[in-house]
Amino acid sequence: MTAVAAASREAGHRWVAPVPAFWFAVLIVTVLLSNYGRDLSKAWDARWMVRYPSGWKLPIASEISAAMKWLVEEASFGLFTFREMTRGIAWAIEVPYDLALALLSTGLMQGLGSDAVQLVPPLSWIAVTLGVVALGHYARDWRLAALAGGAFVYLAVFGQWDSAMVTLASIAIAVPIGVAGGLLLGIAAYRAPWFERAIMPVLDLMQTIPIFAYLVPILFLFGFGPVSALVATIIYAMPPMVRIATLSLKGVDPEIVDFGVMAGCTPRQMMWRVLVPAAGPGLMVGVNQVIMLSLNMVIIASMIGAGGLGYDVLASLRRLDIGAGLEAGIAIVVLAIALDRISQALAARRPDHRESGAEAGLIARHRRLLIVIAAILGAFLLGRLAPVFQAYPDAYTVTTAAFWESLVAWLNVNLFDTLEAIKTALLTWFLLPIKRFLLGIPWPWGIVVVTLAGWHFGRWKLALLCASLAGFIAVTGLWPKAMTTVYLCGASVIIASAIGIPLGIWAALSQRAGKVIGVVIDTLQTLPSFVYLIPVVMLFRVGDFTAMIAVVLYALAPAIRYTAHGIRSVDGQLIEAGIVSGCTPRQLLTRIRLPLAFPEILLGINQTIMLALSMLVITALVGTRDLGQEVYIALTKADTGRGLVAGLAVAFIAIIADRLISASARAARRRYGLEGGHG
Amino acid sequence: MDGEEREALEKLDSVTASRAGASDSLGSRFPPLRRGIAAPPEGFAPVSAKLSCRNLWKLFGAEAEALLRADPSPSPEEIRERGLIAAVRAADLEIREGEIFVIMGLSGSGKSTLVRCLSRLIEPTAGALLFEGRDLRTATEREMIDIRRYKFGMVFQHFALLPHLTVLQNVEFPLDIQGEKKAKRRERARQVIDLVGLKGRESYYPRELSGGQQQRVGIARSLAVEPEVWFLDEPFSALDPLIRREMQDEFLRLQAILKKTIVFITHDFDEAIRLADRIAIMKDGAIIQVDTPEGLVRAPATDYVAEFTRHIPRDKVLTVGAVMAAAAGGEGEPVARASTIAEVAERVIDAEMPVPVADEDGRIVGSVDRAAIIDVMIGRGREQ
Repeated sequence: MTAVAAASREAGHRWVAPVPAFWFAVLIVTVLLSNYGRDLSKAWDARWMVRYPSGWKLPIASEISAAMKWLVEEASFGLFTFREMTRGIAWAIEVPYDLALALLSTGLMQGLGSDAVQLVPPLSWIAVTLGVVALGHYARDWRLAALAGGAFVYLAVFGQWDSAMVTLASIAIAVPIGVAGGLLLGIAAYRAPWFERAIMPVLDLMQTIPIFAYLVPILFLFGFGPVSALVATIIYAMPPMVRIATLSLKGVDPEIVDFGVMAGCTPRQMMWRVLVPAAGPGLMVGVNQVIMLSLNMVIIASMIGAGGLGYDVLASLRRLDIGAGLEAGIAIVVLAIALDRISQALAARRPDHRESGAEAGLIARHRRLLIVIAAILGAFLLGRLAPVFQAYPDAYTVTTAAFWESLVAWLNVNLFDTLEAIKTALLTWFLLPIKRFLLGIPWPWGIVVVTLAGWHFGRWKLALLCASLAGFIAVTGLWPKAMTTVYLCGASVIIASAIGIPLGIWAALSQRAGKVIGVVIDTLQTLPSFVYLIPVVMLFRVGDFTAMIAVVLYALAPAIRYTAHGIRSVDGQLIEAGIVSGCTPRQLLTRIRLPLAFPEILLGINQTIMLALSMLVITALVGTRDLGQEVYIALTKADTGRGLVAGLAVAFIAIIADRLISASARAARRRYGLEGGHG
Repeated sequence: MDGEEREALEKLDSVTASRAGASDSLGSRFPPLRRGIAAPPEGFAPVSAKLSCRNLWKLFGAEAEALLRADPSPSPEEIRERGLIAAVRAADLEIREGEIFVIMGLSGSGKSTLVRCLSRLIEPTAGALLFEGRDLRTATEREMIDIRRYKFGMVFQHFALLPHLTVLQNVEFPLDIQGEKKAKRRERARQVIDLVGLKGRESYYPRELSGGQQQRVGIARSLAVEPEVWFLDEPFSALDPLIRREMQDEFLRLQAILKKTIVFITHDFDEAIRLADRIAIMKDGAIIQVDTPEGLVRAPATDYVAEFTRHIPRDKVLTVGAVMAAAAGGEGEPVARASTIAEVAERVIDAEMPVPVADEDGRIVGSVDRAAIIDVMIGRGREQ
């Protein structure tokens, strides 16, 4: 076995040795072509080199649009048409949604439009808050109960209650559907390896395609309205659940599986009585993910018809009403934090014998539930007498909008010059040179470089993948926009790494810093991506720079997290060996910790790139001219094909980056002997 | 088979490569068909086998079946050349009604795979597998479910308790799976929980219990269905030595009450000696000797077996019958032929004269003297 490892290491060396020289040469050629490509193409009379000729463009976008049209207007499965199917799905989602909405927000109505009469009012704000407090207490303790209760009281006091309940209603529908669907697909993938092989690339693609891209076809199929928004939310939030379900099912102790067989379980009993409950804690992590991603979608979903907090944010952004936008944005964050903490606590919850005691009576065991039910009834009855028990009185709401407005005004007056100087300097010396360099590269050479990189890290398989994905971007005529995306993403990732990696090192080396940074990035990751846009737009207005700052903020967390984790998980014995050999703390860091954490850091950068790309599409709202803008335009024009093709292009950039970096991280791990020598 | 075991097997595979010669000579000394069947020890009435296997193979890897079809007894070299891993090779076993049958082997010897083949948790590659005279390998999925529900019980090394269920719910789980009524299965579960001494812990969750207590739950759970064959896969290996001994005593106490047919897996030879009626010793997937503990100590079949028995306190294994003089004689109260040396040592050594030995019916069949006992205790090989 050692012989094999040695042989492969030797083979590795033979490959590694000439590489720096080779890649240096590639870089030189790239720089030269980037600067003189235009002149060269003129000299050779080959304009196609710098601009992909429109005559060569494949009409993929318009074909997709035509196919969609056919699907909606003509396609039929014999028994029913495609249109009837989408209507069926819409109905299945709409009925429970209306019910949840009635319960939380509108109350049970009879009649239509303005003639409608409220038969039963919605749950009162007191009842809902008490319910959340009880849930928090059930999930962990009084502290969590207080946090959750405080969050909901905040929503009431700051006048966000109605919108928040609309949002909560859509979450309450999207999450169970997303969880159930994800679990079923995960089970199918666990049972049938072929299904797993088929679905994993689809999940990869779904997680890398920007959300906007599938908003368009959804809009086309389901029309503008809450149903479309729910469908989009579910599609967005489900993939991680599928993955986590498959993983946790596979992670069930094989002895427990053996036990299930020996107990004589039928396949169905095995799945639902043994595997799924035993995988419970893992599955709950998936539920938490679904909740967080659903909240992440809140604002975007409001572009295709969701109401609630998301709509408030979007509408204020469009009006450039910073104060109102920020208030609604903070309300989303508050809601997100409450739901996140509760679902995390539920995932970590382990019951003990005091609760399960069969001796305790029915009432004692369900005391919490009974109190909540009593509160709901009580609030309902009291609400008939005094409206304050039904709805939080508007007169007592507090608004901070004016404060934010004046803060922004103050900042703009006093800091304008400083901010402007920073912005100009970064634009001139950092962003624009990168942009010029990348956009100058002739597209054929771009494809060649990506393909070479693929060959270097993963031989012909990866080379072929890279070549065809980059080729797709070229033949759809999206090369320049794609390069703008690469430039914005690259610049953001460089800055995010420059900030995140040192912070990660600090967090790993100092316990106190680790704690503080941990809390900060946990909070950053709870925020829906849109929220980052608001303060940045306030300070820097629209443009590439603003987009970059928002992307950096959004994508910072994994760079910190992975670096810290990589450095913390360096084998303690190696550190001791270093200390014994007389390393200074600095040498310990540079000679032992950093090199060994390198593969992990690479994975962190990879994650940063993925987040940056997903955020970039959203920043199209603040006026970038990249693929994100293309998708956004397609959305406003409801142009299915155009949106999908641009979305795929973003996904392909993500896939190329992901495969290359993962392959190089693997190579690095192998070099350090952290992974088996069998390539 | 879990990843760890496979890894162990792979490691083993590379180790056996260097020992190919050794295992080969072993193979020729013990032709496959005769290997497993040891002559019943004296005084052991021949009982029909409850569970048996003949020439059972488990090879991991592609085309394992093809190889065994072409050559029913491939050599280790042949198996390796095909890139296959032999977890069980030509195993023959006869497990008799009511006995504690221990399968002993070091990690990677294939004992865990063998017991999983016997219960068809793993599909054997070739060979016959008989339970109460019927061929288990041709049983349908449905028949296997019924056999496992009503006839088999199993205890696992790491307990394999369902973390979301209480002790009571864990124990009644197999009955629930069978579709037993709630009141009835509750009652039965409480009985077995009492039996293993966990009364009062019914509403605890597994993680609230110590390792020893968890394994008691595992034992109770496997007994709840009143199995006819009781598989125990290294049930005490994950426990601390003191607890382990306590659990072994507990196990012997239970077996004295229940008289199950038991297949017990262990890597601990001391444990095997302590518990077994008969022991099968496995190495590299093959069974190299099956005998009573005393038989193994008196006549180890290979150096490998001898290596295990060397450190065993012989006085605790050898019986008086093995060292007595055939001539009747001596004086005083006779000692039983089936007692171990350790049990009678003090009396015989204290006696001035040889002590008579009686068989099961109380007839005097020989005598034993101080010298014979001392020889055993200081390890001088007189009994052979």
